[in-house]
Amino acid sequence: MSDQPIYFDNNSTTFPAPETVEAILPVIGEGWGNPSSTHSFGQKARYEVEKAREAVARMLNCTPAELVFNSGATEGNNTAIYSALEGLPERKHIITTRTEHASVLEVVRYLGDSGYRVTELSVDRLGHIDLDELRNEISGDTALVSLMWANNETGVISPISAAGDIAKQFGALFHVDAVQAAGKLHIDLTEHAAIDYLTVSAHKFHGLKGTGALFVRKDAGYTPLLRGGHHENGRRAGTEAVLGIVAMGAAARMVSAKLDDYAMHMRAMRDRLQNGVLNTLDDVVVNGDQHERLPNTVNAGFKYIDGEALLMMMDAENICVSAGSACKSGSMEPSHVLLAMNVPLSAIHGSVRFCTSRYTSAEEVDELVQKTAKIVKRLREMSPFGHDHKPAGLTHEALQRHRDYFAQAK
Amino acid sequence: MIGYSVKLKDHFINPRNVGVLPDASVVGEVGSLSSGQAMKLFLKLDEGENIVAATFQVFGSPSSIAAASALTEMLKGKHLDTAARITSADISAHLGGLPAEKMHTCVLAMEALEVAYARARGIDLENELDEDEEFHVCRCYSVPEHKIERAIRDHNLTDIQGITHYTKAGGGCTSCHVDLKAILGRVHAEKPAEAKPAPAKAEGKPAFSNLALAQKIQEVLDREIRPGLAMDGGDMELVDIRDNKVYVTLHGHCNSCASSSATMKFFVQDRLREMVDPTLEVIDTTEHSAELHAPPMR
Repeated sequence: MSDQPIYFDNNSTTFPAPETVEAILPVIGEGWGNPSSTHSFGQKARYEVEKAREAVARMLNCTPAELVFNSGATEGNNTAIYSALEGLPERKHIITTRTEHASVLEVVRYLGDSGYRVTELSVDRLGHIDLDELRNEISGDTALVSLMWANNETGVISPISAAGDIAKQFGALFHVDAVQAAGKLHIDLTEHAAIDYLTVSAHKFHGLKGTGALFVRKDAGYTPLLRGGHHENGRRAGTEAVLGIVAMGAAARMVSAKLDDYAMHMRAMRDRLQNGVLNTLDDVVVNGDQHERLPNTVNAGFKYIDGEALLMMMDAENICVSAGSACKSGSMEPSHVLLAMNVPLSAIHGSVRFCTSRYTSAEEVDELVQKTAKIVKRLREMSPFGHDHKPAGLTHEALQRHRDYFAQAK
Repeated sequence: MIGYSVKLKDHFINPRNVGVLPDASVVGEVGSLSSGQAMKLFLKLDEGENIVAATFQVFGSPSSIAAASALTEMLKGKHLDTAARITSADISAHLGGLPAEKMHTCVLAMEALEVAYARARGIDLENELDEDEEFHVCRCYSVPEHKIERAIRDHNLTDIQGITHYTKAGGGCTSCHVDLKAILGRVHAEKPAEAKPAPAKAEGKPAFSNLALAQKIQEVLDREIRPGLAMDGGDMELVDIRDNKVYVTLHGHCNSCASSSATMKFFVQDRLREMVDPTLEVIDTTEHSAELHAPPMR
């Protein structure tokens, strides 16, 4: 076992790029002043922060003044949601989807308990929302439509433009959680005039954990989550996390310069991985749409085995992957995303997410495929539902029960 | 890896007695795909009804594989009647204690054993077994009502979290929590009718059998106390439990520092009182070196 893990969990976090690390070293040494200080030493830090802001703005094609640096996507999503509701105080309806990240879903559900009406759009078997359902649900009372650009578990890409247009027809504010899109897809905010708020997080594209940015379109409402200082133009109190911000700027510069190359490499590695797994193992399904999908993600359902068991055996081989979203691997709940997609129960418990990065090598992919095949075969041999014991009928009944349940719940 | 004992990991990575036993005398099968876990237990008995071989097949999480593996080891050589008395707590103890939220895996193994026993004795299990026909209180994991009621009684469960830990029910979409609450209320209401003398209880918390108490305490130590001590190069060992007195020893860095150990004692005691039983008292049996250490630099 080598010391470095074979890392295929890049939607959870990515390793800090050498260029990122290089960028922060001089700041640690000489640029550690407080950006709010008026003396020139502090202003050196201010200069670094604003340089980074420009870099992130270039990556997203917005103006630097439209960006608020914060602690990451959870803060960004919270801030955007509360800002939208305070921006349109007379409106009491929020629309989101069942497959959002917890930092959106749990916030709107909390708001649902405190007087707001919340609509969670359903998704189809491929993970896509139905735009007609959005059209039916939205009204003049809708304050906010919150939609993720790409799903963290399946990589499925949402119809951002079309959904944004619908939101605008009804005067609703439009928030996009772009955490998984940044560094993998082109994000051009001049092409998406409907987006009022957009969330990104640095550690998903080889920056550091603990720093993110929220894009707030000039005329969209804004309410600070944290008060107590004039930092970030009074929009986010607290001394700036200069190191994280500088790192984010460096990471954004790399994305701006080379996104196409990165995406092509991620896609090549992901396809090699997916084909390798599908060619060596039977009874594997790919969860979610394979076309409208991030270039780096494949969510594979290995039938008749348990995802945690697979994960733990992989961990013993020093391979890092996730079942469901990372926050859930410690618990036993099946992924809410896959449940919402009605993934058959035969595959839902054994679903694992593999995510490549721009640094993934073909050798790593081949080793992963070979070890995955070995472990899956071993677990299936152990399982009473192995190849010759497929429980015909049961899965469909059980699936139907889930469908009935969700139909009722709606 | 997350909260598993060394022994559990060993049983998971190197499971014992896996596979079909072709000449099994009796087979116990529980669970389903929809509930996310299933187990098949194969037993071979000699003429004297002693278990000469036990194997398993399992679909489920690492702890269910480990629980099944551990059970087969525990069964070997035992008489069928002795074996039938093995409980989920015994299986958990054999594995060095399971995280609370994984206890349902030991319940699964115990149920497989029960089914095998019932089959060997010719007991009709139709009502118990028809899981997929029955109304499921928890639809996410297909858990029928009788299973929940039984877990509440067997393990003295007092809240929904406990039910989820032992049966998985309520661990998914949470929409059945209302029903679970109702079942809790009902089972607790019927309790006084039971013939068993009520064990001494403190403030409504369940009283544990000694083994269960030891396990529970070990669990709290493993989860809340030992990781923190380990960061400072120390450790704490559970020595004994007598009459609600918990005897512990500190190891490594901790045992040289009498002042920190006094603080530690009260910290551990507070945690145990809060999470296990408010009458517990912690007694530190460590032999400390005499001198007091200066507080650490900041």
